[in-house]
Order: sequence, then C-alpha cells, then structure tokens
Amino acid sequence: MTDEAPKQHERDAERAVDPMATGRDPKAELRLGASGGEAQETRDAERGHVFELENVTVRYAGVPAVRDISFKVYENEITALIGPSGCGKSTLLRCLNRMNDLVATATVEGRVIYHDQDLYAGDIDPVQVRKLIGMVFQKPNPFPKSIYDNIAYGPRVLGMTGDMDQIVERALRQAALWDEAKDRLKSNAYGMSGGQQQRLCIARALATGPDVILMDEPCSALDPISTGKIEDLMLELRKNYSIVIVTHNMQQAARVSDMTAFFTVELDEDLKHRTGKVVEYDETEKIFTNPGDERTEAYVTGKVG
Amino acid sequence: MSATEASAVSTSAPRRLETARPRYGELLIQGLLAVCALVSVATTVGIVIALLEPTIEFFGDVSLKEFFTTKEWSPLFSPPSFGVLPLVTATLTITFWALLVCIPFGLGAAIYLSEYAQPRTRSVLKPVLEVLAGIPTVVYGFFALTFVTPILQDIWFVGEKPQVFNAISAGLVMGIMILPTVASLAEDAMAAVPQDLRAGAFALGGTKFQVSTRVVVPAALSGIVAGFVLGISRAIGETMIVLIAAGGTPNLSFNPSEAMQTMTAFIAAAGIGDQPTGSVGYKTIFAVGSTLFVMTLVMNMVSIRLVRKYREVYE
Repeated sequence: MTDEAPKQHERDAERAVDPMATGRDPKAELRLGASGGEAQETRDAERGHVFELENVTVRYAGVPAVRDISFKVYENEITALIGPSGCGKSTLLRCLNRMNDLVATATVEGRVIYHDQDLYAGDIDPVQVRKLIGMVFQKPNPFPKSIYDNIAYGPRVLGMTGDMDQIVERALRQAALWDEAKDRLKSNAYGMSGGQQQRLCIARALATGPDVILMDEPCSALDPISTGKIEDLMLELRKNYSIVIVTHNMQQAARVSDMTAFFTVELDEDLKHRTGKVVEYDETEKIFTNPGDERTEAYVTGKVG
Repeated sequence: MSATEASAVSTSAPRRLETARPRYGELLIQGLLAVCALVSVATTVGIVIALLEPTIEFFGDVSLKEFFTTKEWSPLFSPPSFGVLPLVTATLTITFWALLVCIPFGLGAAIYLSEYAQPRTRSVLKPVLEVLAGIPTVVYGFFALTFVTPILQDIWFVGEKPQVFNAISAGLVMGIMILPTVASLAEDAMAAVPQDLRAGAFALGGTKFQVSTRVVVPAALSGIVAGFVLGISRAIGETMIVLIAAGGTPNLSFNPSEAMQTMTAFIAAAGIGDQPTGSVGYKTIFAVGSTLFVMTLVMNMVSIRLVRKYREVYE
C-alpha cells in the first residue's frame, strides 16, 4: 500500500515483457517443485490463509447450488475457481463476502472462516465484511457518476476519514489507471472503455482498504488487450492482496492463479436439480499438468466443457 | 416435409423473387396511427390559439404593467382592479404545501416499494397506490373541507387558527392527491436502475439506505423528477380541491391559514358566472388562463433543463 510510485515503474517494465511470460514468475516455479506430499503440508503450515471453508453448502430455496465445499484460500495468492457453467463457482464466491445475504432465499451451511473468524457468526456485520472483502463483477458496473465519485463512494459510505483526493489517487494508481484518468477525474465513468471501467471497478474496491478481492469473471466482457492489462494488474495486486477469481477462461486461470479449484456439476437422484461440488483443489500447475482426477483432466484439456 | 418433396419443389421451377406490390393496408394503419398522435398535438395548438386571441384583446384594455403589478384582483366589480398577483401567490402557496407533502412521502414511498418491500408486498401495495390516483378530485375537496380543516383548526399552534376556507388544508390534500402519481413514476424509474449497480454498491459496504439514496436515487433522478414535474403541473392546474376548500376570495398573502383564490379557482368561478361574451370580465378568464399556461410551461422547461444537468446516465 505504500510507495506506489516506484511500483508503477516496476509494473510498466513488467508489462513490456510478453504477458504470457509475466504469468509465470520464479516464485511459482519454486512452488511447482514443492507441491504434493509432505512438502505440501509443511508449506501449508507456513503460508497463512485468508479463508478456510469447512463443508460449505449453499442452498437457494432449499435446493443446494454447491455442496460440501472445503478448501483454504491462501494469503497473497490468486485462487482460481474453474468449472462448467452452473457449477456454483459464482455462488461460492458470493458466499465469501456475504453477497448471498441479499438473496432472500439463499442459505449457507458449514463454516467460512475468514482469518480466525466465522463470517457467518451471528454478530458479524455484513457491511464490515464487504469493506474488507471487495468484489469485482462480470460486467463492469461503475456508478453513473464521475470517476472521482466512483472511487470515493466506498470510503464515503464507510465514513472513512482522511484526504479523499489522496485516497482516490492511491486507488487509481494501484489499479494502474491513474495516468489514463488523472485529467478526467470529474468526467462520467461511462465515458471510459470497458477495460478502463473494469479497472475503475477494481480501484473502487481497493479504495475501502480491503485485504481480499473477489473477482467474478472480471474479463468475460473484455477484449484480449484489456484482459491482459487486468491480468497484469492482478499479478501486481497479489503482492498486497489475496485474490479469488472465478473464470471460464482456463488459459487465464493457468496464467495468473497459484491455486485452482475445479468444480463440476452433479444431478441429484431425481435428475431435477444441479449441484456443484469441488472435484479437485491444488496448485494450478498440478491441475493443468498432472491433475489427480480424470474429470479435471478432461475439462482442462478441453475434451469436455 | 420429406427430402424428396423438398427437391421436387426446388427443381420444378426456378426460384424467382416477386416484384413488390404496394401494401395499402399497411399505409392505412400508418395513417391512422399518425392521426392518433396528431390529435393531442392539434388540441394543444388549438388551445393556445383559443387562449391567445382574447388574451391579446384583454391586454389591449388592461396594460401588462397593471396586470402584473396591481395588488388587487376584482375584475368583476366596479371599479375593476386587474392585479393578477393575489391569484398567482395563492397558486404558489397551495402548490408549496402540496409539494411539502408529496416530495418526502412520494420519494419515501418509491424507495420503500422499489428497494425495501418484498415482491409480494410490492405487488399488493403498488396497485392500491395507483387506485388512489383514480379518486375524483371533488372527493378530495370535501375531504379537505370537512375532515382536514377541522383537524388543523384543532391542532393549530401558531398565530390565528385556519379559517373555514384556507390554503393549507387544500395544499396538504392536494399533496395527497398527487402522491400516488409521483410515487408510482418515481418507483418505475428506480426499479429500472440495473441490479448491477446495486450489487456494486453493496459490495463496497453500503447499507441498504446508502445504496438506495446514493446510488439508486441519483441514477433514477431524471425519472423521479419527471414524476414530480407531472405532480406539480397537476397541482398548479388542480381546480376542484381549491374551489371547495380554499375559498373564493382573492387574497395577496402567503399565510396558509387564510382563504385565497387560485388562478384555476377564478377561472372556474368566472367561467360558470354570467359574463357577457366579449366583455373585459370575460376576457380576464383567458388572460388568467394564459398566465397559468406560461407558468406551467416555464416550470416544465426549467425542470427539464435541471434534470439534464444533474441526471446520471447509465447505459
């Protein structure tokens, strides 16, 4: 969060390199060697986690959308949720910042532990949850206000004090949007391109000072160049934030994520309802190169999808 | 159709495109629809023309200066006095009280229906609200005179108690009358705000009230203001309530507990009176009507301008 300016240069340098190459940093290569067996367990003990899901089942009007999900989301890593349509990835993601509270019929069973607190404990304020766990949506959804007011909305409703100009500038710099936006802060956000709008939405989420960013297919409405910029940005943000991303784009999951959860859909006995479950959760390299389950392999190699 | 049949059709004759024939039925429908659209425009133009001639004649007899600066309105007495100001202030005073009721309650009702109410509650409440808009204004007039005025007289705590005919009772009831229209239009505008925007605002830690007031209402502002403008126009033009509850005395005052006569009430009272056609008294009706028309027009234009400036456009 500090000294943005030098980082900006780093980022620019990084972006000059082939975006495919930036997806694989040396750290990730090291991790590949460490995956599996005892080494995995030792490393699990070392790295902190932001979320620990224990047998999470989400139901809409009693019908389970995802069932029995258990895995850990690690700090300062990008965790990708992949799988076919309707497998409950987005449902699970919305569970992580209690956005499902807004759906009257949704119920969550099991436990979602955020650091060491149960997100769904009775005394947890969902508003506070969403301050710390930001979210970026599938379609860029800036408010029909100025760029400045878009960023300032979160800090204002949360009653954050401090120099608003500074908060806005810092958020825009973190989202690599400052150079493009600094001369038009007062103009309507809808005047920006789709990719810029999505980065504005990321900046907006960063402005409230979260430590996790949830992204629900953030690039599905964007062209490849804008997508590349968002991916670069995610890799940069990973230094300070933990990111959970739902994506339909498997190359994207492979390029940016550290861990990947593969979801699948199962029909219940009377073949009426579709319920998602996690088939495999592991290092991204392992999921894409040496998956443990044949369903994962079929999906990541494009045999089914 | 089987494959053999299909090939039989295609080989029997070369495929030819037919030449176009005029579609008279279509032209007829287009013409009829255009007439429907023109009726309202033609009526408006007709009204303006009808107003204009006697108005111009009126201002041949009475100067504009006298009309707009004299503080007394007694055109049918002798000697007559043609100061329209008491009628204008009465209209403004009563409209002010109507807005005082309908802006907060209309907006509140719209926010409740659009953002807070369960779908089932909404599906019951909204039609009920819209039925209120169908109550005849004469009923509202008697409601004001026989129900609201006595209550106001009982609970009044500053200055003199309201007279039997008074501006505030008429204004408050007029506010209730336009409330359904305003609330319903504002609710439509708010319900049309994309769900994405609400999700984005909630995801930033907004409470329901913050999301409603800081994101949904600004995004729906143009529709909400359009509702209010329609409401104000109805309030300014409303006749029956003021005729019954506000009295028939021209009175240059903003004091809501006094009786006063609005422009519309004058027109109605003078219109059913026995003014000989062509007399100055007869022409005053048209002069006041034109003033009313211009006031409403200016107000509509100002609000459209304001909305253009402040509205938030979403795709």
